[in-house]
Amino acid sequence: MTIQEIQEEIVDEFGMFDDWMQRYEYMIELGKSLPLIEEKYKTEDNIIKGCQSKVWVHADMKDDKVEFTADSDAIITKGIIAILIRVFSGQHPAEIIKADTGFIDEIGLKEHLSPTRANGLVSMVKQLKLYAIAYQTQLN
Amino acid sequence: MQKEIDMLDVLKIREDFPILKREVNGKPLVYFDNAATSQTPQVVIDAIVDYYSNYNANIHRGVHTLSQEATDAYEIARKKVQEHFNAKLTHEIILTSGTTHSINIIATGFTNLLSKGDEIIVSALEHHSNIVPWQMLCERSGAILKVIPMNQEGELVMDVYDQLLSDKTKLVFTNHISNALGTINPIEEIIEKAHAVGAAVLIDGAQSCPHIKPDVQSLDVDFYVASAHKLCGPTGVGMLYGKEEWLNKIPPYQGGGEMIEQVTFEKTTYAGLPHKFEAGTPNICGGIAFGAALDYMNTIGFDAIATYENQLLEYGTQKLLEIDGLKIYGTSKNKTSVISFNLENIHPYDVGTIVDKLGIAVRTGHHCAQPIMDFYKIPGTIRASFSFYNTKEEIDALVEAVKKAKMMLS
Repeated sequence: MTIQEIQEEIVDEFGMFDDWMQRYEYMIELGKSLPLIEEKYKTEDNIIKGCQSKVWVHADMKDDKVEFTADSDAIITKGIIAILIRVFSGQHPAEIIKADTGFIDEIGLKEHLSPTRANGLVSMVKQLKLYAIAYQTQLN
Repeated sequence: MQKEIDMLDVLKIREDFPILKREVNGKPLVYFDNAATSQTPQVVIDAIVDYYSNYNANIHRGVHTLSQEATDAYEIARKKVQEHFNAKLTHEIILTSGTTHSINIIATGFTNLLSKGDEIIVSALEHHSNIVPWQMLCERSGAILKVIPMNQEGELVMDVYDQLLSDKTKLVFTNHISNALGTINPIEEIIEKAHAVGAAVLIDGAQSCPHIKPDVQSLDVDFYVASAHKLCGPTGVGMLYGKEEWLNKIPPYQGGGEMIEQVTFEKTTYAGLPHKFEAGTPNICGGIAFGAALDYMNTIGFDAIATYENQLLEYGTQKLLEIDGLKIYGTSKNKTSVISFNLENIHPYDVGTIVDKLGIAVRTGHHCAQPIMDFYKIPGTIRASFSFYNTKEEIDALVEAVKKAKMMLS
C-alpha cells in the first residue's frame, strides 16, 4: 500500500469512533502493535528530543525501503509513534520525504500537531523524515 | 480562625476570576496548575486596562502629566511591595522581570565578591532557576557548590547542612517552598545558621508568596525574590528584596538608561538604589498590576488563604490516596497545597494527557527540578497545585479523571 492509502485506512478506522476516549483507547491498542526497537538501539542518541516522555526510533534499509522500529516509556506516545511507523515503514525514502501528515488532524489528534506541544509529534515526524533523507542520499 | 474560614467565600471569590468560567474540551475548566502560574482577578485585569487606556507613558523622566501619573503609580506599586514584604526601606525593593531575573542579579553581582575555594550552598529541592545561575557563578569565580541533600519525605536533611557550613561558606540559597513537592523549608533555621558563619542568604519565594506573607525583617534574610504571576499578578514582573548594605555592595547587572547618575565618555556614575538595578524602561504596567494583585490578595487575607488551602490539601491527599497504586511524592508534614503523584507503572505524561481531555489542568513532567526526579528515580510526576479559588468539588473531578485515566492506561 502507498503512504496515501495507509493514511486513508487509518482515517477510516478512527472515523468509527464517536468520542475522544474511544480514539485514545484505539491509539493505545495500536501502540501495542508497534514494531519494537531492539534493546541495543535504545541509546541516548536514538531518543527524540522535544518529548516529555522518552521515544527511541531506529531505522534500517531493506530492498530500498526504510523499516522503522521504536519504543516509548509512555503508552499514548507509543500509540502516536506506532501510527506514524505504520504509515512510513516499508516505504521508499523518496516517498517518506514528500509525504504529507495532514491525516493526523483528520483522526482527531490535531492538538498533538502543534510544534509547541511537549509531546513532540512534530519532532517524531521530523526524525522519521531525517532517516529517509539519509537513506535517500545513500541511494543517489 | 473559624471566622476567617467563613470569610473566605470561595464561590464569591471565583466570581472575581473571569477565566474560571471557561470550558476546556467541553468540560468546565478545573485549574490545578497554580504552582506554574496563578489566574488573574478582574481587578488586576482592570488595572492593566486602566494603565493602557488612561496614562500609558514612560516613567522617571517626563515632565508631562501622563509620565508623572505613570511614575507615581509605579512608585506606589513599589511601596505596596515593600509593605507586603515588610522591607525596612522602599529602595530595598527592586522591580525585576521575575524570580529568575532577581536571582541572576545576585548571582552575577557576587562574581567579584567571591574567591577561589569559597563555598556556596544550595538545597537539593531547587528549581533549575535556583541552580543554574549559581553553577555559572562558580564557573566564573572558582567557588565550590555544595548541596543540602533531601530525604524520602522530600525534606532537607538539616544535620548535613550543619556539616556543610564553615567559615568558607559565603552564600546559601534555597527556596522557601519546593515547586515540585510543596515542602516548606525551615528557612528561619537556614538563615540563622548561615549568618552564624558569616554567609549571606537568598530565599527563592516564587512558590511561597501565593500562600505565605513573608516578613523579610523578622526573617533577617539578605535577599528574597518572587514573581508577580504566582500571586494573581501578570507575567514578566517580579521583585528582589535585598538589604541596603548588600545592594550597595553589588555592582549593577545591566547598563543602560534609568540606572545612571551621570554619563560622559570618560566615566559613568551609577544611580542610587533602586534604579541602579533597573536599567531600561521597566514593565511599568506589570509593576502597577503587581501592586493591584498584592492589594487583592491582602484583602482576602493570607491567614484565610492558608487555612482554606490546607483544607484542600488534606482533602485532596486523602481522596487521591484512595486510588490503588497512587503514590504521592513529598510527604512532609510541613507543606503547601501541592500534590505531586504518580500511578504505578503509568507514565505521568499519559495521565496528564487524559485528564486534560477531561478539562483538568495539571502539570506533568520534571517541573524544572530534575535532581528531585533523579532522587526518586522517576521521569516526572503529575502535579496538582491548589489555590484559594479552587473547590473540593474540583478535587472530586480530578480524582474521577485520574481513575478514568488509570482505567484507560492500565
